Amino acid sequence: MITLASVHKSFGPKRVLRGVDLTAQKGESVVIIGGSGTGKSVLLKCILGLIRPDDGVITVNGQDVTRADRDEFLARFGMLFQGGALFDSMTVWQNVAFRLLRGAQKRPKAEAREIAVEKLRRVGLTPDVADLYPSELSGGMQKRVGLARAIAATPEIIFFDEPTTGLDPIMSGVINELIREIVVEMGVTAMTITHDMSSVRAIADKVAMLHDGVIKWHGPVAEMDTAEDPYLRQFISGSAHGPIEAVR
Amino acid sequence: MTALLFPFAAVGRTTLALLAEIGRVTLYAGRTLGHILRPPFYPSALVSQLIFIGWLSLPVVGLTALFTGGALALQIFAGGSRFNAEAVVPQIVAIGIVRELGPVLGGLMVAGRVSAAIAAEIGTMKVTEQIDALVTLSTNPMKYLTVPRVLAATISLPILVAVGDIIGIFGGYIVSTTQLGFNQAVYLDNTVDFLETWDVTSGLIKGAVFGFIVALMGCYHGMASGRGARGVGRATTNAVVSASILILAANYLLTGLFFSA
Ligand SMILES: Nc1ncnc2c1ncn2[C@@H]1O[C@H](COP(=O)(O)OP(=O)(O)OP(=O)(O)O)[C@@H](O)[C@H]1O
Ligand SMILES: [Mg+2]
Repeated sequence: MITLASVHKSFGPKRVLRGVDLTAQKGESVVIIGGSGTGKSVLLKCILGLIRPDDGVITVNGQDVTRADRDEFLARFGMLFQGGALFDSMTVWQNVAFRLLRGAQKRPKAEAREIAVEKLRRVGLTPDVADLYPSELSGGMQKRVGLARAIAATPEIIFFDEPTTGLDPIMSGVINELIREIVVEMGVTAMTITHDMSSVRAIADKVAMLHDGVIKWHGPVAEMDTAEDPYLRQFISGSAHGPIEAVR
Repeated sequence: MTALLFPFAAVGRTTLALLAEIGRVTLYAGRTLGHILRPPFYPSALVSQLIFIGWLSLPVVGLTALFTGGALALQIFAGGSRFNAEAVVPQIVAIGIVRELGPVLGGLMVAGRVSAAIAAEIGTMKVTEQIDALVTLSTNPMKYLTVPRVLAATISLPILVAVGDIIGIFGGYIVSTTQLGFNQAVYLDNTVDFLETWDVTSGLIKGAVFGFIVALMGCYHGMASGRGARGVGRATTNAVVSASILILAANYLLTGLFFSA
């Protein structure tokens, strides 16, 4: 279980997170929505300890993330970065199998490669991309390699930062299904950031909307369409008029 | 009144910023040394850095030494002839190359080549979130990126300096025997008889220190890189400039330490 209590983070004068409270139960799929630049990516990085919050407490399974043993803590996580963040000095399969080639989960090269190719297949990539370098792939393909890397070592908790951005509708559908499958089959706790409302409906158990540095609305995905919250309404309908200023 | 104080305030701010930077670099160096000794180790990363930093720097260092040795021979011959001391060319070329020019010029050339490349690579990894990705994949960037580079440079530079010494002396030898009328056998005899072990080893120790500085500055500025292409460009410049200045400063300190007793 992941809990955030009153998490604050500023960059200089810019107050990005201003008291975020959020929980994700074990095996639950939480989707975070919110305008561009509201701090969704920063929020995930705070949980991972990549960014240190100015204030507030974040716990994973009751353990404070700032005090946890880093290696053991991070071994439970998989993360898809918004920009992919693939290592450009390594081939695609070495990227996917990164965790399987070193450290605690190290295994023989052939076996690691086999797992990598299988994960690539699950994100809709053929085995022949395995030996290419990330720079030789299209943006959407890179994103899917990042996704394969995030799930490669079968983590308990996975964060997806915009998994379907830059993908065609069919591939988006495949990825949505994959994320849902991972949550249901493997009992993974997932936190996903997306701007794609059809993804939200496909992936989420619970939806949380970040705006003005706080969670403005959260609840089960089924209640999303009937909720009264004007911020949420405007976001779902994609209207330029409402409490959220379109010109910032 | 406050306008009058402005220049002093600026000097004060710069001094404080410089002191803070020195503190951060020292801390970073200390952390690097700590990580060198503690597992996990990444031997394959070390090997590829040895190839990049050591092996691929050979042409640069070799050519620098060759031309420097040649020019040195010409200068010492011209200067020595003012008081009939042309015969000292082999000795002065040897000591000049081995004690000073070999390590310093080798260090500076490698600083240009290697610090810049390291800072650009690590800086790009930083701005494209690859460093963050490493962390989430339970890999410590200090151990995986910094340690292999710093170790490889610290090991490589003394070897590069040794090769540079030989090539530099050879450069002086070619110029002296072909243009200045020195006898080949006598030139070599004079060089070998004159040099003491400490002349050579002091230069190699300097090389190791310079290697440490070169890689450390590349890694430090890469890791501290700002966001975007501008941030990386700045990190690269800072790495080369600070590595070069630190090499020259360290050279002065080490020379004082080694030879002024
Ligand atoms: N390392 C950083 N240094 C300074 N400012 C930062 C840093 N990281 C993020 N920010 C700022 O924090 C704010 C939130 O950034 P974040 O990347 O979390 O947005 P986001 O909600 O993920 O947006 P998007 O949907 O466009 O990805 C932005 O205004 C950004 O400029
Ligand atoms: Mg984002």
